[in-house]
This record gives sequence, structure tokens and C-alpha cells, in this order.
Amino acid sequence: MLSIKNLHASIEGTEILRGINLEVKAGEVHAIMGPNGSGKSTLASVLAGREEYIVTEGEVLFHDKDLLEMAPEDRAREGVFLAFQYPVEIPGVSTTNFLRTAVNQVREYRGLEPLDAVKFLSIMKEKMKLVEIDQKLLSRSLNEGFSGGEKKRNEIFQMAMLEPKLSILDETDSGLDIDALRIVSNGVNKLKSPETATIVVTHYQRLLDYIVPDFVHVLYNGRIVKSGSKDLALELEEKGYDWIKEEANAASV
Amino acid sequence: MTTLTKNKATDLVLAQIPVLNSFQSLREDSHAILREYGLPHAKEEEYKFTGLSKKIEQSIADFSPASAADLSLETVQSHIFEGFDGDTIVFNNGRFEPELSNLQGQAYELIPLNVSDPSNLGKIAKIEKDPFVALNSASFEDGIYIKVGRNKQVEKPILLLFFNQALKGQVISPRILIEVEDNSEVSFLENSISLDEEVYFCNTVTEIKVSQNAHVHYNRLQNENKKAIIVNNFETDIHRDATFTSVVVSLSGDMLRNNLSLNLLDSGCEGNMYGLYLLDGKTHVDNHTNVDHTKPHAESNELYKGILADKSRGVFNGKIFVRQDAQKTNAFQQNNNILLSEDATVNTKPQLEIWADDVKCSHGCTTGQLDEEALFYLQARGIGKVQAKGLLLYAFVGEVLENITDNSFKQHIENLVQVRLGSSF
Repeated sequence: MLSIKNLHASIEGTEILRGINLEVKAGEVHAIMGPNGSGKSTLASVLAGREEYIVTEGEVLFHDKDLLEMAPEDRAREGVFLAFQYPVEIPGVSTTNFLRTAVNQVREYRGLEPLDAVKFLSIMKEKMKLVEIDQKLLSRSLNEGFSGGEKKRNEIFQMAMLEPKLSILDETDSGLDIDALRIVSNGVNKLKSPETATIVVTHYQRLLDYIVPDFVHVLYNGRIVKSGSKDLALELEEKGYDWIKEEANAASV
Repeated sequence: MTTLTKNKATDLVLAQIPVLNSFQSLREDSHAILREYGLPHAKEEEYKFTGLSKKIEQSIADFSPASAADLSLETVQSHIFEGFDGDTIVFNNGRFEPELSNLQGQAYELIPLNVSDPSNLGKIAKIEKDPFVALNSASFEDGIYIKVGRNKQVEKPILLLFFNQALKGQVISPRILIEVEDNSEVSFLENSISLDEEVYFCNTVTEIKVSQNAHVHYNRLQNENKKAIIVNNFETDIHRDATFTSVVVSLSGDMLRNNLSLNLLDSGCEGNMYGLYLLDGKTHVDNHTNVDHTKPHAESNELYKGILADKSRGVFNGKIFVRQDAQKTNAFQQNNNILLSEDATVNTKPQLEIWADDVKCSHGCTTGQLDEEALFYLQARGIGKVQAKGLLLYAFVGEVLENITDNSFKQHIENLVQVRLGSSF
């Protein structure tokens, strides 16, 4: 589904990603972990198409199409979804209104009829249950005055509505209490299918108790320095990142 | 008093404004004020960013009043927005046109100024306050006086339609006096329409008295041609427990200056001012507002928003004056701007003068670009860049537009705004 080869990216002249290689197949869950500043969020941003990051080398194929050539909206329409680490507050735009525009633009791109208000509402009601989100919240300005947990639940709700093929969760667990974490993870798990894939970017192992990964990758200094099964995450939890840093530093000398 | 060196615009004005034999003392006093002070100089603080005298010198050759334009009922009807239900009062170059107006016998009186000779004329908008008030007072030919008696509810809105067209760039001087007596309620809509694309100078004075416990809502749309020079002097006296709300939407013109004053004269009264300016080309819009809190327990709210493209310029000057007596005043002011081009300019200046010590006042202004992070967020959900921009800009202006009371007028303005946000921005 997703094939990243030797990806290099920089921001304002500073290279952050220094040769990422990653293969993600349908049905898989990949966790990307690593210390602060290792490039985890940069990778998520580059995949979603944030303009501040310049790709200097490498390629990213999504279903054999060149993802890096596409505008952010086309990536979303192709089925890439980024759950933001810091969801943006947009005063004056309700979640409902904005999502209806988004869903119908995505449907148009995929050659589907737009949803009318009634149909949209019934789908919305069904997906709202997934993340236990209240309709009142959705008719308010997008994320404005939402708690941290509400913002993250809203991200997963949007994911449910847009039905992406590849979901990238950028530190969705950061700042969540255990209840919110459980709700968010439940939502993600219910949306998993043999046709979709998930990349979970996280700093903490805790999330992986709920969203169980098939593969764990450790990012350090802009490279994936270690990959393994979910046991690697437990090892990191126990031992921290220092041993990974040492290994990586020794290897690069 | 020092006499300023007069400018050419003043000379033109003094040479050409007619000597009229109505309202004799008001005319004479206005002439005297203009002779002494002239039109505002470029160095004058109040007109620093808006060089009206120079603009007038360059564009207006003939200071005589514009004669009536050719205006048919069909033209008038074509400018009444869909779904509108209310009275229509039509003005042709500032003159009231009873034949083209549509009055349904609602609970108010409408009388030409020359016939009614109301005692309050010139008492709310004082000629010594601004030279453009003096200029209008010296040169208006006739105007209208609207009176809503005690305990009346004017059910349907009253639409004032101003049709403007000056063949030789002459001056149009509409004059309105509105008195709303105790416990009454009325809502006004105002739209100004250019009949062609040629220059004119329209200098309006509107005076409103909102008596005890009365409620008045006044919505204005300014969407005139790209050469129009417009000065709007809008003065209100607001009495005990009364409410006055103003909404001004400015979309087009060459140079527009809106002077808006709310005099909160007693306790329990409330004044609200909402403004939106959506500018492109070289349009220059200057909103000068002034709210004067004179007594305790009164409230004022102000929100002005602007989106500026191309080489347009916006000026916002919001003055809040809280007198020593006006304890427990609540006064809020906000001005937010989005610049869409590097050549667009905004000058914004809050001016708070507070003499009472137990008040709640806040003000804030922001000027910036469109929020790139918000734009990316919408794109990342599959919304195209152009639509995402439109959505964000529309959300930005929504907070102002939601205050327009009449639905047909609101819809009309929303359509104009949507077209603008979707095309030239």
C-alpha cells in the first residue's frame, strides 16, 4: 500500500529525515516510536503534504502512485488520513458543515454521488457512536473550546467519516487520560479492516496496549534504526531510548 | 481659534454650494464653519489616513448639487432583493421620490424635511463636530424625517434605497432625521446603488434619536461603483434603557469614510456596532466610530472585521469615551483584519479615554494573513485549496453578518460576499 524509499526531508535548511525506508501493507498496524526530535512528526507531516517541509531525496508510493507529487487535498481524497497532533481550532466553521464539504469532495474525486443532508446525518449518527462524541459538540465551531480529549475524539470521528485506506495517527495519545485513550483506541480498532492500514506515531508504549501493532519501528536522528515486533515497544518502555541511541551512534561511526 | 490655511477643495465648496432659503440659521452657521475651518487638511489627525480633500480636488469639478437622475420604477424594483417584505423609501441623488417608494401604511410618519421643519434637525449631528456635517447641512436640498410615535412596533423593516448618478461628478447630499419615541421598535435597511460607473461625491448625514426603552436596528450595505467618493455621517442619541445596533457592510467604492457616533446618554442603554469591509482594487474604507458613555450602567459592543486584497486600504479608528459619571460601564471593542496581498494596508487604532474608575473595558485588534495551519487542516481532509480558503474567510466574516436582522437583506449580502470570496480573493 505504502512504500517509502530513502526519504530525506528538511525544514528551513535543516535536514530532519535522513533516509527513511518503510513498507506498509494492507491490514497492518505499524508503530513509529522514538525520542523527542527524532523526526516522527515530520514523517507524518511529509506524508500528509505539509508545505513547510521540503523533500530533498527519495520517493513515496501510495498504491503505486507518487504521493509526493500530490496536493494535500488529493492525498486525502486518495485515502491518506492524518490525525493531527494539535488539531486546529477554526472559529465559525462547524464540524458538521466542514465534514459534509470534505466528505462530498472526497466522494466526487472517487466518482461517487454527493450525500444529501439526510443521508449524511444518518451516517454521521452511526459514526458518532464509535468515539462516543455528542452531536452538540459537532454543531459547534470546529475544535473551538474543545478539551484535549474531545479534539482527539473529533479527529478519529473525522477519520471514520472519511473512510481512509491509510490512517496516520500523530501522537494521538499525547495528553489523554486513560478514559479518553480507551475511547480513541476503541474507535481506531473498530475502523481497522483487512483493506486498511494504520501508522501510529507515539512517544509512549501505553497506547500500544490498546492499539496492538504488527511492527514497531524506532526512529532516531531521521532514520529508522531498529524494527521489531510489539515486544520492542515493551523493551523501550522498560529500558528507555539510551541503548538505542548508543547502538545507532556506534553504527554510524 | 486658529484658522487653518484652506485648501482648494474648500474654495471649490465655498464658491459653488447654493444659497438655500430653507433652514436659514442652520445654513448660515454651516457656511460660517466651512469658511472658518474648511474641509479637513491632510495633516488633521482625524483624517490623517484618508485624504478626502485631495481626493475631492482631483475628482470633483462641480460642487453644485446633482440634479435628479433618470430613474424608473423597473430599475428600482430590480434592486429590491428577493424575499424582501417591508416599506421601500427611494432617493434619487439624495432627493426623496414618493412616486417610486412603496409605503404600506405602517405605524410611523414619513414627511419631507422642508415640510416638517423638525426642531431636532442638526441637534444630534452637530455642524461644529465635523466639516462634512457642516457641508451637508449647508447644501442638502431636502431630506426626510421619519417619526415613530410612542409604543409603536413597526412590524416590517423600512428599506432606504439611495440611487446615485452625477453627470458631472457633482455632489449628492442625502439628509435623514429619525426619531423613535418611547418603547417603540423599528428596523432599517439601507442600500446605495450607483446608476453608472462615473464619479460622484455623496455626503450623507443621518441623525437618529432613540428615546427611552426604544429599540432601533440599522443595517447598511455600501456597494457603489469604483469611482464613488462617500462620506457618511451617522449620529445617534440613545436614551435610558434604549438599544441601538448598527451593521455596516462595505464592499466597493473609491474612497469611503464612515463616521459613526453613539451617544449613550443615560443608564441602562446599549449600543452595538458591527462592521465588515471586504475590499479589492484600490478601494479605501475608513471607519471612524465613537461611543460616548455618559451615565452609569450602559453597555457598548463593537466588532469590525476586514478582508483586504490587491492595493486596498482599510482604516479603523474606534474611540470609547467613558465619562466620570459613567461607573459600571461595559465597553468592548474588537477589530480583526486579514490581508490577502502584500500591497494591502490596514491602519487600526483603538482610542480609549476612561475617566470613571469602576468600568469593564476591553479592546483588541489583529492584522494578519490567512491562517496557514487552518488551511492545511481543511486540505488534509480533502477540501480543495480554493474552497478551503473561501470557507475560512467566510467563517471569519460570519460573526459580523449574523447581526443583520432582516433575512432577505442578510441573504442578499451573503450572496455578494460569497461571490467575492470565491472569485477575486
